[in-house]
Amino acid sequence: MDILSLFVILPVLTVIALGFTKDLKQARILSMIGGLVQLGMAINLLFSYFRERAVNDSIMLFTRDVVWFEQFNIHYNIGVDGISVALILLTSIIVLAGVFISWKMEELPKEFFISLIVLSTGVYGFFISIDLFTMFVFYEIAVIPMYLLIGIWGSGPKEYSAMKLTLMLMGASAVLMVGILGIYFNSNADGGALTFNILEIAKVNIPFEAQKLFFPLTFIGFAILGALFPFHTWSPDGHASAPTAVSMLHAGVLMKLGGYGIFRVAMYLLPEGAIEWSWFFIILSAIGVIYGAFAALRQTDLKYINAYASVSHLGMVSFALLMLNKTAWNGAILQSLSHGFMTALFFALIGMIYGRTHTRDITKLGGLLKVIPFISVIYVVAGMALLGLPGFSGFVAEMNIFMGAFQHDSMFYRIVTIISISAIVVTAVYVLRVVGIMLMGPVKNEAYTKLAGVTWYERTGILLLLIPIIGIGVAPLWISNMIMESIQPFIQGVL
Amino acid sequence: MNLINLILIPAIPLAVFLVLGIFSHKIKPAVSGVVGVAGLATSTLLSFYTAWQYFFVLGKLDGVYQTFVEKITWMQFTESLHIDMGVLIDPISVMMLIVVSTISLMVHIYSRGYMKGDDGYTRFFAYLSLFTFSMYGLVLATNLFQIYIFWELVGVSSFLLIGYYYTKTSAIAAAKKAFIVTRFADFGFLIGIFIIGFYTNTFDFQTLNDPQGPAILTWASSSFMGLSVITWALILIFMGGAGKSAMFPLHIWLPDAMEGPTPVSALIHAATMVVAGVYLVARLFPMFYMVEDGFALNIVAYVGAFSALFAAIIAITQTDIKRVLAFSTMSQLGYMMMSLGVSGFDGHEGVGYMASMFHLFTHAMFKALLFLGAGSVIHAVHSNYLKDMGGLRKYMPVTNITFLIAALAIAGVPPLAGFWSKDEILVAAYENSQFLYGIGVFVAGLTAFYMFRIYFGIFWGKETNYKHAPHESPFSMTLPLMILAILSIGAGFIPFSEFVTADKAGFATHINLELAAIAIVAGLLGIVLAWIFYKKENDLAFRFSNAFGRFYTWTSHKFYFDEIYLFIARRIFFQSVAAPIAKFDKKIVDGTMEGIGNQTVVVSRKIKGMQSGKVQDYAFGFIGGVVILALVFIYIWTN
Repeated sequence: MDILSLFVILPVLTVIALGFTKDLKQARILSMIGGLVQLGMAINLLFSYFRERAVNDSIMLFTRDVVWFEQFNIHYNIGVDGISVALILLTSIIVLAGVFISWKMEELPKEFFISLIVLSTGVYGFFISIDLFTMFVFYEIAVIPMYLLIGIWGSGPKEYSAMKLTLMLMGASAVLMVGILGIYFNSNADGGALTFNILEIAKVNIPFEAQKLFFPLTFIGFAILGALFPFHTWSPDGHASAPTAVSMLHAGVLMKLGGYGIFRVAMYLLPEGAIEWSWFFIILSAIGVIYGAFAALRQTDLKYINAYASVSHLGMVSFALLMLNKTAWNGAILQSLSHGFMTALFFALIGMIYGRTHTRDITKLGGLLKVIPFISVIYVVAGMALLGLPGFSGFVAEMNIFMGAFQHDSMFYRIVTIISISAIVVTAVYVLRVVGIMLMGPVKNEAYTKLAGVTWYERTGILLLLIPIIGIGVAPLWISNMIMESIQPFIQGVL
Repeated sequence: MNLINLILIPAIPLAVFLVLGIFSHKIKPAVSGVVGVAGLATSTLLSFYTAWQYFFVLGKLDGVYQTFVEKITWMQFTESLHIDMGVLIDPISVMMLIVVSTISLMVHIYSRGYMKGDDGYTRFFAYLSLFTFSMYGLVLATNLFQIYIFWELVGVSSFLLIGYYYTKTSAIAAAKKAFIVTRFADFGFLIGIFIIGFYTNTFDFQTLNDPQGPAILTWASSSFMGLSVITWALILIFMGGAGKSAMFPLHIWLPDAMEGPTPVSALIHAATMVVAGVYLVARLFPMFYMVEDGFALNIVAYVGAFSALFAAIIAITQTDIKRVLAFSTMSQLGYMMMSLGVSGFDGHEGVGYMASMFHLFTHAMFKALLFLGAGSVIHAVHSNYLKDMGGLRKYMPVTNITFLIAALAIAGVPPLAGFWSKDEILVAAYENSQFLYGIGVFVAGLTAFYMFRIYFGIFWGKETNYKHAPHESPFSMTLPLMILAILSIGAGFIPFSEFVTADKAGFATHINLELAAIAIVAGLLGIVLAWIFYKKENDLAFRFSNAFGRFYTWTSHKFYFDEIYLFIARRIFFQSVAAPIAKFDKKIVDGTMEGIGNQTVVVSRKIKGMQSGKVQDYAFGFIGGVVILALVFIYIWTN
């Protein structure tokens, strides 16, 4: 068995085993073991990758190719580069943290963990696919459990939110499918057979007219998942209704599929289309960056604040990708990682606060630093990370994005870049607003003086997420080098 | 230079921060105080050792002090553009090491008494260590990005320390305000850095300041709205500096920052962090001076001079002693900026640069002393307001004497420290512009007046009846006062122009008797006026403030700048931008998506009737379908 397929097989095995568990205790222990093994595999993959990269300079490593639908030339074709390795590591950490955060999932625990792990299977599969069709299948596997997870274990208007989220993401899939088929039917432009293989298609000169037509479809299809303005509205409602671990996984990992897909498919396969359309999507992304920040400023529900913050931060990802240079792309990938860890951490903390106080309305909370110091201090730290304080991963990512954006010497780029940079001020305002209202100040509600302290599994979940944020923030060079190296062949395709 | 020593200087406070921060609930207050002080004492010793080695052992080579740089790559943007982390040793960074170490150590010792019994004692020392670490990193920075990184870190330490009493609403507001205003300034700073990075392909101070380097040689190559892009970058970088150093119009956070504990005000908001802006301009001085004939430098000079005047006027009317000191700080920082702004480069031409650094040095000593003295007073009477004080000289002799020394020093009375540095600044201004010189002298008079206004108000003036008789502070608090008092007396005798100059070569200074006399007269005049007004309780001050009428009201409200900014923040950004966006998102963007969804439902309802469950309907549909398909096939077949 090859090292990559294990990432798909192990979750499937875990799911089967979960089918035999009887209660919460067994289900969570099994999920934790599954998560730990995945994390171990991801770390092992990272080191194997470094070893292999030293001797092998092909674009994708650990490749494997099996035909599974000969008629349309669809393959189970997998392989990784530095970017997918980094994202796999992200996924494994968030899945494990999500299991810890769901330690007390009383309601239908077995089914909950099964859905959660099915979701992660889809994500892993997506990150290792080189075949467009296989990638798309995994994408659907990741999206569909979302409906159940929100619809069953959610809170508030959960049916509405689940439906909204699923419908919008399915709409996105439909658009994306058209884009992918468009690429597929043009993959024989230079002669040869039709293929879904990304590396093969990249060598083909797809006609400009086709690129112009299919780039926006592919881009929008993926970008809806990445909450691009104005297609982001599923995200605040969806996150607000979703249970904690689902929000973590969704915002932390699933939304990253958007940026990754744009990079791997839209940009790489349709570079001329990208250049043609970049101005338009840059404007949308820049609007998203500043718009999300301002919208977050006005919310009172913690999850809405975080959801809009995600709109702003992921707007930065598509903004960076559209800058079409190495520095900005490096920033985009780093931002995906960094946002993944940060937003998962935020949702975890919000879940802990909600679990204790039964409200997410910041106007009803106050003085939490006094009553639940550990959670509150970490919330402040996470807030500092979110507003791009040096020493945390967000700073490194944002600086790469902005420096990359500054490489374009024209008035249009300068203006959109400066608008995007100005978000750092607005971000500071909405982060400090929450810190000021919710954490500082006098304790607002007598009942809050007796809140439960933090438990060991909550602490573990938090630390799992916090360590990479600080790790990347303090010593960014190794991961940035790994990403930069992998961007090289892609940037050559574009320029 | 010994690299390990240099790294240990910031590393020790960092380690102390991590230990105290992570184990804050397990460590006893007594232990954390000792750990904090001991850690910083070590760093201070190493700083002094470094200074001694740099100035006296290594000394000059070919008549100039050398620059030592050690760095590693921290982050790579492109093949040639990268962020380094490292240490840079030259006269101004060594001088800053001394300033930061000395003041921070004094404040650490003082805090052991001042913060005694406070709930967050350990947390306080952890924050102090975090701040000191960040400040060391800032002064030792080798490049623009490194200075920005630590710049942000000192900003966040300042936020944490201002908001130290986090259950107090005013403290939270002040902390947020300080962070957001400086963050706004840093937005400019950051864009300036990016411009520099893009056009010169380096962030490195030495390359940037090199007269033959890309920044200074090629400034003319590209222009934007009539100015060189490099000039724009410098103006934006100065915006960052102005934010940190509370220059007009980004000064509004500094008075409110006084909500923090007083030792913090002394350390961060008087002696160290707020001079970071001045330090930044000094660090990039060759660029400021040489690019486009010093256009950006002129802006520095005028912003500095205006801030000095503006703040000094406001300081006269404030009744909270810490706010008087805050405006005084702003005014003195304006002095330093102005001095840099009028400076030349070579030899004696660079007297402004030297004077600015000299004043930074002496000001740190006496302003920290003033704040710590004020803290001692506040500790005794439990109030910040002049109305609750008076006649304290009898109860607090040490505080009284040391405060008087500091007040005399800042008023520029010879031979105390402030006199020497202020005199050099006035010389520099005089040689450059009569107008700025005039402002400088006037501000010197105002400074003496407002400082003695509070001195007399606290220690003389009316006889207040105290509920509990105030008493002198404990030795841990008076010891730093005495040490700083000695420094405030003696620091002026350091031959500063031998050590710290723009061209690093040093020059000899001579006192200009005429200018010195004018400055002394201005200072004495201020003191005498204050003596007449405030020594004994009388209504002179009241009558005068009435005579000024509207102007007095405006001044005591700090010219309503807080209100203006609050209006912009709340009315314009929060209510007129953020609120409509939130509404737009809910109603229009989401509404559209919702509309599409609802339309689908409407359409599906219409079609739903087809699935009626009646066999005859399905049969009809089936046969109809077959017929249509048959027709299609026949059509295709026949063509």
